[in-house]
Order: sequence, then C-alpha cells, then structure tokens
Amino acid sequence: MALVTLEHVSKSYPASGRTAELVTAVDDVSLEIDAGDVYGIIGYSGAGKSTLVRLVNALEPATSGSIRIDGREITGLRERELRGIRLGIGMVFQQFELFDAKTVRGNVAYPLKVAGWRTADIRARVDELLAFVGLTDKAGARPDELSGGQKQRVGIARALATRPRILLADEATSALDPETTQEVLALLKRVNEEQGVTIIVITHEMDVIHSIATKVAVMDRGRVIEHGDVFDVFSSPRHPSSQRFVGTVIKGVPSPAELAVLRERHEGRIVTCSFRDGDASQARVFLDLAEAGLEFELVYGGINDIRGRAFGHLTLAVRGDEAAIDRALAAVARHTDVTEVR
Amino acid sequence: MDRLLELGPEFWAAAGETLYMVALTMLFGGAGGFLLGLGLYATRRGGLLPNAVVNNVLNVVINFFRPIPFIIFIAAVQPLTRAVIGVGIGTDAAIFALSLAAAFAIGRIVEQNLLTVRPGVIEAARSMGAGPWRILRTVVVPEALGPLILGYTFIVIAVIDMSAMAGLIGGGGLGYFAQLYGFRQFEPVVTWAAVLLIVVFVQVVQYVGNWLARRVLRR
Repeated sequence: MALVTLEHVSKSYPASGRTAELVTAVDDVSLEIDAGDVYGIIGYSGAGKSTLVRLVNALEPATSGSIRIDGREITGLRERELRGIRLGIGMVFQQFELFDAKTVRGNVAYPLKVAGWRTADIRARVDELLAFVGLTDKAGARPDELSGGQKQRVGIARALATRPRILLADEATSALDPETTQEVLALLKRVNEEQGVTIIVITHEMDVIHSIATKVAVMDRGRVIEHGDVFDVFSSPRHPSSQRFVGTVIKGVPSPAELAVLRERHEGRIVTCSFRDGDASQARVFLDLAEAGLEFELVYGGINDIRGRAFGHLTLAVRGDEAAIDRALAAVARHTDVTEVR
Repeated sequence: MDRLLELGPEFWAAAGETLYMVALTMLFGGAGGFLLGLGLYATRRGGLLPNAVVNNVLNVVINFFRPIPFIIFIAAVQPLTRAVIGVGIGTDAAIFALSLAAAFAIGRIVEQNLLTVRPGVIEAARSMGAGPWRILRTVVVPEALGPLILGYTFIVIAVIDMSAMAGLIGGGGLGYFAQLYGFRQFEPVVTWAAVLLIVVFVQVVQYVGNWLARRVLRR
C-alpha cells in the first residue's frame, strides 16, 4: 500500500473580485507515493504544485477527491484531528520560515513542544538533530545570523524533529545559490537514505529532480500530465511540457534552430540515435557505420546517468555513398532507435 | 521665576499625577487594547480564528470611538465613568476615560503590528500541528514583539498628551497645572516649566522604548 495516495483530487478557489468564477489550482490529480520514495513534482510557477503539496498535510482542504496518508483518509477530518496528522509530516519552505524571535535551538524545539515532549527529551532530540545537520555550534544563534544554506538546514532539522515519516519540501532550494543547493540536496538525500523518510519535493528546477528524485510527476495547469520513474520520464518524455523540462538539464535531440546551425557546420546526413540502458551499445552503431565504409562524426548530444542507469541521444553527421548510408541506417535501426533529422 | 518656586509643591504633585495617570492608563488601556488588537487580528478573513461577525463588531466599535477628540470623549463618557468608577470627576475618573480611549487606539496599533508577522511562519507553525491559540501566543506575539514595543512607546506619548486634558474633569496633572497657574495667570515661566517636564518624560519614554525594541530585535 502506498504511503500517500491521492485519488481524483481537485482544489479550487473563488477568483479574486466579485465574480462567482472558480480558479482550479489542482485538477483531478491521482498519485501514489510509496514509502522510501523521493517523489519530485515539477512544474512552472502557477502549475498548482505548491497547492498540491499543501493538500497532503491539509494546510489547505481539498475541494474534492480522496487523500490517504498511510491508509487513513484525511479529507473531511476536523482541524483538531488534522493537527495530529501534521505531526507526522514535516515541511520545509522556500523562504525557510524560521521563527526570527527564537534561537536555532528554539526553532528546532518548537514542534517538539507542540507534540508535548518532555523538556529533557526535547533537549536531547534537538542536540541530535543539530548534529545531524551540522549546526551544533549554532544552537544559540538567531536566524538572522545564519546564511541561507544554514537557515535551510535549521528548517530541515525543525521539520524532522518529531520523526515524521513524510517530509514535504516546497521549493526548498529555490532561494539558494547553486553550491548551497547541492549541499541542501545532499542533506535531503541523507534524510531519505539514513532515516528512511519519504520526501515529496516540489520544484521548478529539473536539476533538483535529476539530483535526488526517484519518481517524478510533471504538472501543468493543475494537472499531472506525466509521471513515473525519473529514468523513464528523463529518457523518453512524452508530453511537450515534460520535454521542455527535460531539455533544461539533458542535451537531447537538437531543436530546429540548433539543427540549422549544425547543417551549416557539418556536411552529410544528420541522424540521431537514442540509447537506453539494456539496449544495444554505441559500439554496435559505430561498427555498423564503419563496416559500410562511411565517414561520420559526433555533432550533438550526450550520455546521462540517472541513479546508475545510462541513457542519451547522439546526433551524428554521416557522409558517404547515399545507398551505403541507407543500408547502414537500416542495419542500425534493427538494434537502436535511430531517426534521420531533416 | 519666583512664582514657579512658590508653586514647587503643586508642580511636583502635578507631575506625580501625570505619571500616575499615564502608568495606570497604560496598564488598563494597554491590556484592553492588546486584547482588542489580538481579536481584530485573529478574526480577520484568512486569519487564525476567522469570524466575520466578531471582526465587524470590533471594527465598528473602534472606528466609532477613535475619531472622537479626547476633550469631547472625556465629557461624553462621563455617565459611563460614573457607573463604573462611582464618580464622574477626579484622577480615577480621568484614568477610566483615558484607558478607554487609549484601548481603541492601541487596538489598531497592535493589529497593525501583528500583521507584520510573515504569513509563512504562521503556515510553518500550522504545518507542525500547532493550533491557533498556541500560534498566537508562541509565534505571532513573539515575532511582532519589536514593533509592538515601538507601537506602545508611541501610545505612551499620545497618552501623556491626552492626560493634559484630564483637568477638564478635575483629574489634575501637568497639563492642568500649566493651564491654571501658567496660562490663566500670565506666568509663561510656569507654563514652560510644565512643558519642559513633559518633554523630559517623552524623551525618557522614547529612549527606553527604543532601547527595549533594540534588545528584542537584536539589531
């Protein structure tokens, strides 16, 4: 059974102004998130992903549909009952949202006080968490004395305080520079691997998905338009919006504009070969072309690695006798996905 | 100047009355205004305990009383003063009127300062399972403490100003002293002595307020 199950979940708001129109932020979304997943939800701003994640801990009530956490239906629960559910779901935010009036220790201790822990236990747990995120020496500092990366580490420690099974990360790295982003992503990965926490990552950066997610859902205008294993979505995105996102991190098939430049620079026919792990190797392709006595060069593309599995697109310029090229491409097509780009 | 020296005992008594009125007004009006402001803040639409009825009532009451000039308010509220305090004149009666007027003003200032708390930290506290009352007590008020102190400092000074009108119902104080012995008896030195002491009070209050706010904000 999935840890988090969403079935036909929708959320709409009354539009601003006096009209009776509704804005649908989340539109008929169904997802299953298994325990241990790092589930990425990617979309442009306004795609509804921040609203979607707030439905999971019921900060916003769903308009319709069913949301189950560990088998328990949470839609329709009263606010008081939801507070208990929220203790089991941590959340980190883009702008950190630390309590400025409290010290680092006070911030991390807050959810434990809410949960009714004893003072001595709180102290020990906060020490343990600060050691985990590497901020033991900052226990007495105020948030405004910390750097962005340190603030987010406090945010993560605070979100994990009550040992939740689920962590929601809402654009947790979007306010950070690239180096700090990697640092925070590495920490989230440790949270997932060492503590077994299931993480739902909301982001508009494909890089974040690429770095830590195991599954991904692509959202566009409130709908989930594609979801699955990160490898599958990255190696063969079906929806144009997914393809654009994948294109931001993966050098794949050349765009028409890029193709025009390639044609200017390289003679011959241009073909793109796509590889996924388990398929025939590149060596077979090169061998086929060489055996046909053709001259070829690599002009575009690359090989990518996602959690130990490789895939990629290589675009080649092939020169030689036209009939020989046709024969060679037919041979290649028998074991590899090849398309001639015109 | 001789006249001022002659009036020495009355002068210091008046100063004491002003301090007494301001202190008790800040105690009662300050507490009442804090609750009013908290109520306004919590019950607003999208707030922690949204309640349109309570919010509208609070708003109407505050908007009704706040624009009334204090010199008129103190007279108009006299029947209520008599009912609550027992008498309609004197220092205690003045404190009642002052507290009432101050509470309405403080209510607005408290509301405004609480609104400076970022919605994000409230959402963060909610995500940790905290309820609305706990969030008000342990997040909203502490996060707004710096601006709240500055707001209260502003109000202390306004109350010192209002207390000068307490003389109208026999409340005494420096304002009344300056009126009676300075203005009406053509003794500018006496008037200015009262003014100077009030300025000293204001300076001290502002200094302490700034110092406290700085300590809280640590900036």
